[in-house]
Formats: sequence, C-alpha cells, structure tokens
Amino acid sequence: MATPTYTFISSVTVGSGGASSITFSSIPSTYTDLCLKFSLRSSSSVGSYDAVRLTVNGNTSLISIRDLYGSGTSAGSEAPATTDSNVFTYTSNSSNTANTFGNLEMYFPNYGVSSAKSMYADGVSETNASGSILVLTAGLWNSTSTISSISIAPYLGGSTFVQYTTGYLYGIKNS
Amino acid sequence: MAGAQTYEPIATQTLGSTAATVTFSSISAGYTDLVFVIRCGWAIINNAPLTLTFNSDTGTNYSYTRLLGNGSTASSDTSGTNSNIDIGYMPGTNGNGFGTIILNIMNYSNTTTYKTILDKWEGQASISTKQYVAAEVGLWRSTATINRIDLAFPSNLIASGSTFTLYGIKAA
Repeated sequence: MATPTYTFISSVTVGSGGASSITFSSIPSTYTDLCLKFSLRSSSSVGSYDAVRLTVNGNTSLISIRDLYGSGTSAGSEAPATTDSNVFTYTSNSSNTANTFGNLEMYFPNYGVSSAKSMYADGVSETNASGSILVLTAGLWNSTSTISSISIAPYLGGSTFVQYTTGYLYGIKNS
Repeated sequence: MAGAQTYEPIATQTLGSTAATVTFSSISAGYTDLVFVIRCGWAIINNAPLTLTFNSDTGTNYSYTRLLGNGSTASSDTSGTNSNIDIGYMPGTNGNGFGTIILNIMNYSNTTTYKTILDKWEGQASISTKQYVAAEVGLWRSTATINRIDLAFPSNLIASGSTFTLYGIKAA
C-alpha cells in the first residue's frame, strides 16, 4: 500500500468557554512539511477584524513578518513593529456578521531542517458588510530547531477565539 | 478499505551543492493538477527571480501578472511576452535564508487549453536587500501536456540545501 502523502495529525475545536489560544504541540518530526487550516473568530469587537499572533516552539522573538493585504478599498504591505513582530494575519471578530468565521491556511516547508524556517500564510476575515480583509503573509522563524509546537492567539489581551473555532494540522511527506 | 491516493509525491530533489538549474522531466500525465513546493535560496546575496519554463520551450510564450508587498509598499506588475515566468525572488542565503514558493498548475495534461499557474511566494532572509510576499498568475500559451519543468537562476546559483518537490493531484 502506498505511503500516505497528506496526513491528518490533530485538530482543535473550541468549546463554549472560548480559548485564549490554539496550540498544536508534540508535533511529530517525521513529515516534510506542515499545513494548518483554521476557521477563526475572535471575541474582540474592536475594529472590523482582529490580528492574530504566532508562537513557534514557545518563542515569539525570533519571528519576522512581511505581509500584503487588501481591504476592498485599498491595498498595502507592512512589516509589524518589533513589539508586534509575531502578528502575522487578521481574522474575523465579533463585530462581524453573526456566525461568520475567517479562514486561515499556514504552510511550513521543511520544518525539520537545521536552518531558519520559512512560512507562508493566507488569511481572510469575512463579514456581510464592509471591512473584511485578505492577507498574504511571509514569515521567518529564525531558529535551527525542528518545529514541535505552533500556537496562534488573538492580538488583543483578554480576547479569545470563540466557540466553534477550529484548527487542523496536517503533515505532508515528499516520498 | 483505504481510498485511493489523491495527493501523491511525484519526485523530489534536494541540492547537495549549488546548481544553475533544476529539472523535473518525464512527468506522468496521469494526474489532474500539479503542486510544486519549493524552498530555496541563492548562493550569494543577489535577489533576482527564479525562472520557470515548460517542456524546454524558451520561446516568448509566457506571461504573468503579480501582486507584491515588501513590508512598506504594495505593487503590481505584468509582463506579456516572455521566454519564461519569474516565479519568485528568493533571498541570498549566507547560510540562513530560504524562501518558499508554492505553485499550483491546474489541468496540466489538458490538450485543449493553455496552461495557467497560480503562484504564491515569499522571499525573506535575515540579511537581504529585498523581502517580498507575493501572489502571481502565469500563463504558458501552449496546449501541450506538461511533461517537463525547468527552474533556473540565469546569473547565479541555487543554494545547496534547496528543496523541490512535485506532487500530483487526482480528481478521481
């Protein structure tokens, strides 16, 4: 039987109490690449969407980000300031249309190599009104360690991911 | 009983030393779409694009449109009659910088349509003069089935440690 190429590893579904973060830990080192897919909504009602922070192996200071975004009225590019260096995308929040969640996909190629790790992400917020946003993100985790843990969290302190937020982790093998 | 494989690795190459070109040939026509996952850099700091050609065609049969961001400015450009497609500006490694390119090539074996690619790439290093994130669409004006892909950096060398993996996706 052929070796599976694209394999489900684990999932998270947020319950009624919300979650301050979504974390995938103890990630096996046996794959080539990692792919994560999320359906997200933040409890924050500040602005039209909420930013999302990334932590890799418990670390935030080795992350650098460049993104490209479109809001429906303008396009731009940004590199978050040092204090927000791990803010990497935006997603739906509680000011958006009820029951509407944003999508996010993250891809980490060669997450086990002994050099800096790159990351690509597509994220969108959604709402039945103005104020949604699409973001393409280039990320770098400047560590030679194998990625064993990935965590995302809403930007604003005290905010949570609401019930029914989901995340799925897949491993991809190149042979 | 497990279902048939839908997403399969076709071939992978990891460079043990620098190289001017990387080639995937004799690509099976048995899939519906192709996905190319690339992690690469340049041997020296010289940010220029990795180029792609299909089936050894170096005629002016390629075009692309892209949207780029460099951390302060968003821009877009297009080019209509090229001898290849620029698929990503990669960082000079100096030992620690690799960029990511994810290419989707849909209906690559359809002999009635021209071939399109959707390309997402990011080129970022801790020391680099240009750091980009981009989305791009490319066109090869040929109805031939794609059976060969050549990647090249015309005036530099692709860094050792760069990896290139081609996957096939079956629709049924």
